[in-house]
Amino acid sequence: MRIFDPHIHMTSRTTDDYEAMHAAGIRALVEPAFWLGQPRTGVSSFTDYFDSLVGWERFRAAQFGIAHHATIALNPKEANDPRCVPVLDVLERYLVKDGVVAVGEVGFDSMTAEEESAFRRQLELAGEHDLPVLVHTPHRDKLAGTRRTLELVAESGLSPERVLVDHLNETTVTLVDEVGCWAGFSIYPDTKMDEYRMVRILQERGPDRVLVNSAADWGRSDPLKTRKTGDAMLAAGFTDDDVDRVLWRNPVDFFGQSGRLLLDLPERAAADTFEGNSLLRGERATAGTA
Amino acid sequence: MTRPHPAPDPATLAVLDDRARERLTTLLDDVARDPLRVRRHFPSAAREVARGPLDPTDPDGLLGPTLDDAVREGLLVALADALHGDPDRLAVEVGDLYRYGDAAEKRAVLRALPRLDGIGDEGLPLVADALRTNDVRLVAAALGPYGADRLDPAAWRQGVLKCLFVGVPLAAVAGLDRRADEELAGMVARYVHERVAAGRDVPEDAWLVLDRFPDALRATGLADELHSPHADRRDAARRALGGRTLPYPGSQED
Repeated sequence: MRIFDPHIHMTSRTTDDYEAMHAAGIRALVEPAFWLGQPRTGVSSFTDYFDSLVGWERFRAAQFGIAHHATIALNPKEANDPRCVPVLDVLERYLVKDGVVAVGEVGFDSMTAEEESAFRRQLELAGEHDLPVLVHTPHRDKLAGTRRTLELVAESGLSPERVLVDHLNETTVTLVDEVGCWAGFSIYPDTKMDEYRMVRILQERGPDRVLVNSAADWGRSDPLKTRKTGDAMLAAGFTDDDVDRVLWRNPVDFFGQSGRLLLDLPERAAADTFEGNSLLRGERATAGTA
Repeated sequence: MTRPHPAPDPATLAVLDDRARERLTTLLDDVARDPLRVRRHFPSAAREVARGPLDPTDPDGLLGPTLDDAVREGLLVALADALHGDPDRLAVEVGDLYRYGDAAEKRAVLRALPRLDGIGDEGLPLVADALRTNDVRLVAAALGPYGADRLDPAAWRQGVLKCLFVGVPLAAVAGLDRRADEELAGMVARYVHERVAAGRDVPEDAWLVLDRFPDALRATGLADELHSPHADRRDAARRALGGRTLPYPGSQED
């Protein structure tokens, strides 16, 4: 089973996770820029984080044979902090980079005017940079947030097949399907979706324009939920080809619209170092002798 | 006065196909017209024009430019040309491209520095930043001709030692013959001794410095390692010396 996790926050995960993910069949992923749990207080916190998403984390993933991509944005929660909003002015530096495959996560957290303003601006940036968009839907009042999201997407003029609306569930998927956006589902241990409910949704609406992710981060989450969903699909009678479509070809099709996927890069040797760090925690075992 | 059209390196042009050559020309013209366009074209140049090794034996561009380095150098030369007469602006623009660059973009800036008329010493902070990393691609590019000409002796020696430490071949270091001195040799000798005392292998490239300064090992305890009570240290010393004899009394290497 080859798997592309289209939404996972590897910055918060360990090298054990990378090893387990590779063993489970995960060969590519997208790490969306988001909140870090601890609120940021300024622009340079964002830029250092973005640098890490296109630098250190990409390097780290490659050492475990996993192609790492990123989406870049001001997230909805921190769009409410005036100290953070000026990051909008430096986003373009990152939106032109190889491996940056969408603008995201954008969208709503508490449905404020500030969130809406940042959301609109970033939909414009996606259009200007010919990038797809990854939209986070709120945990609270999800239905209203999803509805307003779709109105803003329609006003932006972006075509729906370039927009992924994420963290959907049984009550919000139909709205998204009706307008032709991609539907994202986050499979969590005890919130959001689980793999069995996911299978039921796939049975009801089919495997078109759907992405399944672990959204694993610093909270209670499981980076192998994509694999577990694949296993649950097979157990429910889906074919290997169905699983490959949902867990590999769909994310490649969606993010491939950016023209910036890095699926052809060679795997690196485990002894490589990056920016002062080696995953081996010391000088290279083969330094200068190979 | 009209300035000549910025010309990419002929060796780069030769390996590009027609589409890539045409695309590069378009980007160069765009930067010549509006220098700020470099902020968009420099990061995207690899996917828009070409990327990958120029030399298949040097896939990471440690010893020389990759294809994307060469393409990006063309853009920086066009930028320097467009900002001719305004070196302060050139320094800011090049510094920002480095600051916001991923590792490939940073490497390309470092490689291009010798060709940027008007940059003066303003590239030195970028070289210093690269030398603070352990990214082999950046360390190697930092010790190219620009670093060789401008780094102060202490920083340059630390850079060379770091090459040995992280595994950058010393063939990547420009001006090694000209700049290597007794002090560098002493640093390398102490590093060699430290490796041997830990029972580890020594980078073969260390001898590119030590062979030119044969007295440098004298001040170290390497000779004693040949007679260490610990077999791993004796073995490491023998492997490190590779048949060389230490140039001072007491050497028992056979």
